[in-house]
Amino acid sequence: MSTTNNRVKPALVVGMSTCNIAAGAQEVYDLCQETLTEQKLDVELRITGCLGMCYAEPQVQFIDADGTTHLYANMTATRMRKVIAEHVVDGQPRDKWIANPEEGETKALLGKQKRIVLDNCGHIDPDQLDDYLAVDGYQALKTVLTEKSPTEVIDIMSASGLRGRGGAGFPTGLKWKFALGAEGDKKYIVCNADEGDPGAFMDRTTLESDPHAVLEGMAIGGFATGADEAYIYCRAEYPMAVARLHRAIAEAEEKKYLGEKIFGTDFNFTIHVKEGAGAFVCGEETALLASIEGRRGMPRIRPPFPAQSGLFGKPTTINNVETWANVPWIIRNGADAFASYGTEKSKGTKVFALAGKIARGGLVEVPMGITLDEIIHEVGGGTGTSRQVKAVQMGGPSGGCVPRELFNTKIDYDEVNKTGAIMGSGGMVVMDDTTCMVDVARYFLDFTQLESCGKCTFCRIGTTRMLEILTRICEGKGKAEDIDTLEDLAEQIRTTSLCGLGQTAPNPVLTTLRYFRKEYEEHIHDHKCWAGKCRNLCSFEITDQCNGCMVCKKNCPVDAITGTKKQKHIIDQEACIQCGVCRDFCKYDSVVVI
Amino acid sequence: MTLELSKVDAIVEKMGTGPQLAIPILQAVQDEFRYVPVEVIERIAEKTEMTESQLYGVATFYTQFRLDPVGEKIVKVCHGTACHVAGAEGITESMETRLDVKDGENTADMKYTLSSVACVGCCSLAPVVMVDEKTFGRLDRKKAAKVIDNIEKEG
Repeated sequence: MSTTNNRVKPALVVGMSTCNIAAGAQEVYDLCQETLTEQKLDVELRITGCLGMCYAEPQVQFIDADGTTHLYANMTATRMRKVIAEHVVDGQPRDKWIANPEEGETKALLGKQKRIVLDNCGHIDPDQLDDYLAVDGYQALKTVLTEKSPTEVIDIMSASGLRGRGGAGFPTGLKWKFALGAEGDKKYIVCNADEGDPGAFMDRTTLESDPHAVLEGMAIGGFATGADEAYIYCRAEYPMAVARLHRAIAEAEEKKYLGEKIFGTDFNFTIHVKEGAGAFVCGEETALLASIEGRRGMPRIRPPFPAQSGLFGKPTTINNVETWANVPWIIRNGADAFASYGTEKSKGTKVFALAGKIARGGLVEVPMGITLDEIIHEVGGGTGTSRQVKAVQMGGPSGGCVPRELFNTKIDYDEVNKTGAIMGSGGMVVMDDTTCMVDVARYFLDFTQLESCGKCTFCRIGTTRMLEILTRICEGKGKAEDIDTLEDLAEQIRTTSLCGLGQTAPNPVLTTLRYFRKEYEEHIHDHKCWAGKCRNLCSFEITDQCNGCMVCKKNCPVDAITGTKKQKHIIDQEACIQCGVCRDFCKYDSVVVI
Repeated sequence: MTLELSKVDAIVEKMGTGPQLAIPILQAVQDEFRYVPVEVIERIAEKTEMTESQLYGVATFYTQFRLDPVGEKIVKVCHGTACHVAGAEGITESMETRLDVKDGENTADMKYTLSSVACVGCCSLAPVVMVDEKTFGRLDRKKAAKVIDNIEKEG
């Protein structure tokens, strides 16, 4: 709850990001609009982006006449009607539905976070430039253009210690320095918003919730490297992010924060949005550039690096959304302020997308150096069920599964690498004992095999062979030599692929073999999947703990469960398809794998 | 059904003819025709600096482009990591039963196309389904089938 002393016009601020809307925010917004109009209430209705608390969406903030913000979580149209009647009209807060940052789970969620990139997300209206200006928006660009030289800007970036947040962690200042030093009459800036890692949604939220921060960061990068034109390569799967970017660029150009002679200086900067067309490999920078140029997104050999010869053969600086969004904050607050967070070699904060078997899924931004355990158990609240966390998958298809025993690992590029996973762009999918690690490895190989561009033989064919082996292990047809073959193939794909996709494609298999080898052996030798995922290798049974609540029976897709109320239920093994729905729905842990 | 190829001409007229426009032009024609018919690729090649093979290469490389007709609504079942561990397989099965099609197919009345997609970036609400541009989260098998029921009701 935050309070200001001034009297303000009361406002209802509805979170309208893709995730909020998927949770039902549109209905809540419509209800607010209708009620405010019908009852002629003098209350402003605004929208904002995502607060990161996706587990409790939709959210509506009520700012009362004292300027106090009350955050209502898990709203529905019915609840909203009550909130308007009781709180907005009668001044009686509905405490039960308020998420108070000072206590309980909201405090646990926010307590360890430090918000730099997400600072404005869920607070400002992403479609209003004035909202961004009110939080010192474009001040960093003004400072840079009117008071600093390109070299000074690059020095600040280098001193801050910012490293590329797309996953590779290359020092941003150094990257800009290469581009500034490159010969060329024309240079480009590119923002990589092709967030293709399944399990990652940091960039979507940032673009939907605070698009101007990314635009401002890019303009600062343009000034520092000598570029006057930029492209944002954004996934077409993110229609709202694309729409908000177009709107933000148009408004910034109209009000002269982008375009020609910005802040009365000689600096010109235009930004185009290019919609990606669905190819994971386009997250690789040379493939991304090929795609902007209208070709198939196939990586090429580096050098030359994009800083020398990038887009249309011109020097180009490519950073991802989160990296660009850090830039204005660093300029406004100074390199030292940024570097005061984090570890020796990994400075600042990192945004993570928490999903999977986690109580408080959503976006969190934490200082580098905190442990995986702090993120998953303290910030994220663990699984939120009686089950224990088994592992966390970090870094998507290029990353790996880190087991619970290593949760004291610090968030730091080098420390995470030691586990065999990678920091990656920030996706964290939490898994419990119902997740089969062989199936997870198969899942990722299925993905990389489909997404391999086909240029390198080992990536193209090797991932296919690995997928075939993993599929047969999951089907119960594994052979004794399969594990050795997987390890051999993994090494060959890693060493003979041109780009990051192929070099890292075996990581999910290697990390699961390293930490969960027993599961592979059980699949191959015992024909058992104790996680209950691989259908040929498991059966489900209802234990005597069953209290006959009938929920499993109602949800069984093949009507394989019999039993009457308050009596133990029984699964007909002949009819059962081992889908595990009964176990998912059972609140009493009475369904077990046999 | 005859294709109105004049619409292709209008798109090229508006967007330009350079090779860097392959993806935006294909996106625009797919918005118009809902898929990229082979006749359209031929027409673009005639009207621009691009060859048929270049356009075909791009159209088959990127998953966004469809070379076959699709239903009025596209039901995309997300199979991202979070959705996978939350039971996306069951959601696809449920949709297959509800729509009476296999994954990747169109319904007989051409009202729906069922497809699996990699990740729609709504992981915290997994499992998720996207129908056209609308996202539905926190589903299970029954709720997934209801998404279609509700669309049918709304007509």
